[in-house]
Amino acid sequence: MSLLAAENLHVSYGGAAVLEGVSVAIEPGEIVTLVGPNGSGKSTLVKAMLGVISPDRGQVVRSRGLRIGYVPQRLHIDANLPMTVARFLSLPTRQSDASVSAALDRVGVPGLENRQMTALSGGQFQRVLLARALLTDPQILVLDEPTQGLDQPGEAAFYELLEAVRRETGVAVFMVSHDLHVVMSASDRVVCLNRHICCQGTPKVVSAAPEYRALFGHGTHGALALYQHDHDHSHDHDHGPAQADYHGGGHA
Amino acid sequence: MTTIMAPRKPIIMGAAMLDDFLVRAAIAGVGVALAAGPLGSFVIWRRMAYFGDATAHAAILGVALALILSIPITLGTLLIALAMAATVSWLAARGHAMDATLGVLAHSALALGLVAISFVPAVRVDLSAFLFGDILAVGKTDLAVIWAGALLVVGLLVWRWARLLTATLSRELAAASGIDPDREGLVLTLALAVVVAVALKVVGALLIAAMLIIPAAAARGLARTPEGMAMGAVGIGATSALAGLGASWQFDTPAGPSIVTAAAAVFLVVAVFGRLRRG
Repeated sequence: MSLLAAENLHVSYGGAAVLEGVSVAIEPGEIVTLVGPNGSGKSTLVKAMLGVISPDRGQVVRSRGLRIGYVPQRLHIDANLPMTVARFLSLPTRQSDASVSAALDRVGVPGLENRQMTALSGGQFQRVLLARALLTDPQILVLDEPTQGLDQPGEAAFYELLEAVRRETGVAVFMVSHDLHVVMSASDRVVCLNRHICCQGTPKVVSAAPEYRALFGHGTHGALALYQHDHDHSHDHDHGPAQADYHGGGHA
Repeated sequence: MTTIMAPRKPIIMGAAMLDDFLVRAAIAGVGVALAAGPLGSFVIWRRMAYFGDATAHAAILGVALALILSIPITLGTLLIALAMAATVSWLAARGHAMDATLGVLAHSALALGLVAISFVPAVRVDLSAFLFGDILAVGKTDLAVIWAGALLVVGLLVWRWARLLTATLSRELAAASGIDPDREGLVLTLALAVVVAVALKVVGALLIAAMLIIPAAAARGLARTPEGMAMGAVGIGATSALAGLGASWQFDTPAGPSIVTAAAAVFLVVAVFGRLRRG
């Protein structure tokens, strides 16, 4: 049985459809990556699956007693909210000092317990977020573009850490990413979203799919896109309304 | 010698002590500070300052309602504060621009309340008591109401502390941990209405928001954890209540504003020392 599944989700904001009939399921232990252009509904899908927003139609099914470890895209902590790293790691479930310090060790930032959250660097902050997610002994990690704001070495180090954690614990991972090269190397399955699911499958299958190339491939043979690391392609603007085109094959 | 040294009457203890209006005022002030400290911290963390203002100003409308319907003032205030808080939450959830909406609601409620009170026969109403508080007139029943309300709010906040704090940090983080952020928001709204209702007598509608925000803001500079800030706010609030009362007695100044002035003085001292310490 799936750990976490979206079934035929429809979500709209103020009349504009953001998700149209999206179904996706995450099985125990697998790494599933969600890719798609800006405004394709990736964050909305994650929020719906966490239960922050309720869909207009469709449903989200969690397996019984599911423990989710969530790492947000960014977390803004109000400057008026004093918060040490140790206190943050104990929210909402109180953790012992020993497990707090073990968790910080595990994500490679030992000894930060008494630092203020607002005094951390971007890389430290993301690792602390991951440590918090791991402390609840989750069956699934949900990460929404967890490396946004990190430089490239920081990004690579974060994904290496994530892979190591997965190897050790067998935790399932559902992750939003725009780092296509990372996606391709680390995922068991890639889901390509643009309001609806364009295509999904193993990285190899998806990168060969014409729908995927229409979104990311710039009319090349797709494989190039995996290494181009292209952050600001503008397909969503060019192709936004004409979704049906994606199914008509790649660009000539 | 011994006859001179002995007190003229035995040291007053227990219930008899409550006969002194200054003692009752002090206990009332400390009661409000107890609830306002942790709640005020949330008001700051969630940037609800104007929300607190709107709810507090609506209390005047509640006073008018209570006078017209001949129900207890605290009940009328509680009902209107709840209605205001619920309205504001509802509008916020529907994506209204809150700055303007709160401004309209807060001042309309205050003005409407003042107009409505003017229809009540004058003999029964001391308007300034509701605007600026009347802490020196706190009776034993008032004390019971204030402390019941304060303990209710503190109990609610302590019970749900971790959930409230998580929901305050991030809605998504809360939802992932199985916490409904909207429900936690509702808990704070409820607590705010109760504090407004019981603090009206102590500091008055115009300064309730000050008792929520100033002690908590002063405690921010001294705290390293959320709990430290909430407890610091209680301490600073209680100290301000006692100092303000003392000053009010000494210099014959209005009690509510004197309490808030004392809190503002503490805030200033902490801010200046914090700045000096950081260099």
